[in-house]
Amino acid sequence: MVIKCEDVWREISNYLDGEVHPELQLVIEEHFGECERCAAVLAGTRNVVQLYGDQRMMEVPAGFSRRLRQRLEGDMSRSRRTFLGWAVAAAASLFVAGGIEVARSSVFNRPSLRSEHARPSKRVPPDMIVIVAEDGKTFHVASCPFIHDKTRLRTITAHQAEQEGYAPCVRCMKKYLNATASSGPNPRKAELADENPIRGEGKPTEAQTPQEKFG
Amino acid sequence: MAASVGPLENPAQHDYEQRLIERIRDGEHEAFYELIRPYERRLYTAAFLILRNEADAEDCVQEALLKAFKNIWQFRAEAKFSTWLIQITLNDARMKRRKERAGLMEPIDKGKSDEDTYTPRDFADWREIPSEALERQEIREKLAEALDSLGEIYREVFVLRDMEQVSIEETATALGISTASVKTRLLRARLMLRDLLAPGLGGPWSGGIQFAKGAKPW
Repeated sequence: MVIKCEDVWREISNYLDGEVHPELQLVIEEHFGECERCAAVLAGTRNVVQLYGDQRMMEVPAGFSRRLRQRLEGDMSRSRRTFLGWAVAAAASLFVAGGIEVARSSVFNRPSLRSEHARPSKRVPPDMIVIVAEDGKTFHVASCPFIHDKTRLRTITAHQAEQEGYAPCVRCMKKYLNATASSGPNPRKAELADENPIRGEGKPTEAQTPQEKFG
Repeated sequence: MAASVGPLENPAQHDYEQRLIERIRDGEHEAFYELIRPYERRLYTAAFLILRNEADAEDCVQEALLKAFKNIWQFRAEAKFSTWLIQITLNDARMKRRKERAGLMEPIDKGKSDEDTYTPRDFADWREIPSEALERQEIREKLAEALDSLGEIYREVFVLRDMEQVSIEETATALGISTASVKTRLLRARLMLRDLLAPGLGGPWSGGIQFAKGAKPW
């Protein structure tokens, strides 16, 4: 098989890299033995590859690795600090968020009310003793005539009642708050001094709970 | 210079690098030095051949490796780490060069098609130049000048393949070209360099440089 010089030049790089088919390799080698020009091209190209492939051709500047490491270390520590900063900031926000959540759950944010029409109170003293019915939606002063279910009453604080979703009774609580605002009595004392106190399992009279109106 | 074997040809090395990468991702940043050490020189060479300035090349490699460190979590296990590093470094070097040389003309052969057949211009017998010649600064400078005169697309392929012994496949991946293009560009780069350095064309060897046995190498 005869090969042209142009075809040899085209394959000379692949030949050097051992990237030509074995059959073609034999043909090319045969050509090199016969063609001085192509042999010269091969020798020169091989020499180029050998010379440029020598480590001495490209020397890394002295101290290159040391300076690289210093720069990386500096940046890594900065990113570590940044990370730490972020971590601290994140922890702080979590703490704040957690605090807010606790605060919300205890003071600022009342749970959803049992009645969508009710409004939470603003002036009811949290430690005031109030009456709630298990299935009711509002909390009352002990003497309130509008307690619907009188069989399952509980005596709790206003704060606790609010936490459970009870809203203040618009009648008794309003009346009570208006009265205490003018006279300034101790809420606890007011509750205890109520003319129709409901203490513990005490129940109001039928006359005091006009079920015909609100039942 | 011994040809380096890449991780894909060496699964053990690939696995070793993956373990290092996992350690880095887990916060052991010091493992990054071990990971990049084998490639420092290769990256510097690639950056230098684009930027042609020691300080710029060093700065470029530092920035590229910082970028690699910060983005190590993006590295995919199926890829080859060295190729990824080369890609980052080449991109950074090109960007830097583009900024610095905006408006300057590129070598004229940049626009030539890879498919054009390159015909050697010199057919003088070129006896082997001993590698000892590289001890001489002026020889290295002549070789660097010749390389510098190549178009970037040829220079990049030549540097990766012949100076840093990067495989054809890895070179193709790093440069975003086909393996066929790598071979074609490499052929052209080698033949052009041969012509540039050939004695018959006034190559650097004809400047009164004495070689072993008192004879010129051609």
